Amino acid sequence: MPHIQVDFAAHLQRHVPCPKQTVSATNLRDALDAALLAAPALRHYVFDEQHHIRKHVAVFINQTLVRDRIQLNVTLNEGDSIHVIQALSGG
Amino acid sequence: MKQKTLFVSTRKGLFAVERESSGWRVASHHFHGEPVTQFLGDPRDGAQGAWYAALRMGHFGVKLRKSTDRGATWNEIASPALPEKPKTGIWADDTTPWSVDMVWAFALAGSQAGELWAGTMPAAMFRSIDGGASWQLCESLWLNEKRLGWFGGGNDHPGLHSIVVDPRDPKHVTIAISCGGVWTTHDDGANWSLIGAGMHAPFMPEPEQFNPNTQDAHSLSLCAVAPDTMWVQHHQGCYRSTDSGENFKRLNAPTPADFGFPIIADPNNPQRAWVVPARADKYRYATDGAMHVARTDDGGNTWQVFRNGLPQTHAYDLVYRHGLAITNDGKTLAMGSTTGGLWISEDAGESWSAVDARLPPVAAVCFA
Repeated sequence: MPHIQVDFAAHLQRHVPCPKQTVSATNLRDALDAALLAAPALRHYVFDEQHHIRKHVAVFINQTLVRDRIQLNVTLNEGDSIHVIQALSGG
Repeated sequence: MKQKTLFVSTRKGLFAVERESSGWRVASHHFHGEPVTQFLGDPRDGAQGAWYAALRMGHFGVKLRKSTDRGATWNEIASPALPEKPKTGIWADDTTPWSVDMVWAFALAGSQAGELWAGTMPAAMFRSIDGGASWQLCESLWLNEKRLGWFGGGNDHPGLHSIVVDPRDPKHVTIAISCGGVWTTHDDGANWSLIGAGMHAPFMPEPEQFNPNTQDAHSLSLCAVAPDTMWVQHHQGCYRSTDSGENFKRLNAPTPADFGFPIIADPNNPQRAWVVPARADKYRYATDGAMHVARTDDGGNTWQVFRNGLPQTHAYDLVYRHGLAITNDGKTLAMGSTTGGLWISEDAGESWSAVDARLPPVAAVCFA
């Protein structure tokens, strides 16, 4: 199973610490689920009640923004990096 | 417990405001930068009482925080959450998101410490019996098919903004929804009935104008010593009920504008209430840019308008539905506006003093 690096933005870790980690997963949802085992309280900051990525949270695989917030079935490859950050929003 | 602190929930944090010898001053600021939509104090909980703050994080959703040491420390507690949306049946096509966007109302429930109500947007009612460690959805309201007739007023989706608890019987709770009318339970939330006959929405198509299920009650307030008396500031006009919200009677207009968001009942006098008139509908600020508060002392037949101490030129403040609050003794009022104005009256609304601060937009004020 591919080894995937997952890190959460500092703005998220201000609320719930979760260090950068490596997990084993074949798709995006499995990778996020595995990473959030290390910080279960972070889950509802990233996902809403329907298990969709919140609309002002952005997920990148390497340098590419993932547009889909629902299926999260993108296939991952060995060495991919997932970055979870806050999307920009107004003042 | 004496209510000595005013809590101001704003777009950028929660402010505690206290009376000093020289006047009311900001004493502390919590959750810097985070939108706070509602606050509740539970004096029954512990030696110093419990404080609850509802945050609406721009990126990360609704979060609740609780303090049992008067704000020295805050802990994250559970947030009300909706269940997974069904993929079949009538709810599969529900256009209302099954995700809590905001906690819009809090109230003390039952008679024991830690018994709480929370109302949300989209409109749903939640109960906690453990001080917010967990929340239970009132399913019979959420899964009532009448909910499909509700809609958002100034918001995208319907929201539950007012919760009043009958002091004679805390299992009797009445709520108001924009736009979903007035509902009541007599069994602590197990069953809900649509009440609120008599309200009129002239902006709706003809057959719907008197439908209680789609009325836009902007706020609902109950008189603590005469709990059958309830007041509503409606999208169009003010109303009063003397039968616990079953039926409402349209009141004479406080001002020609006859629009606004908050209404506050005097806790000790069923004839007295306050509103903050605003000019409808596209303007939504005080008429002529001059802030004023109106009070009735005769059950809504006549109103007095008070301006002393409030800005009278180029004031484009709007006071949201939770932007007006009163102490239990009925003497001190606080008012916060969308442009960050904060005023306090210690003579039942007849004169006002501005708190020396330029606050973020105010969502709610509350004494605790």
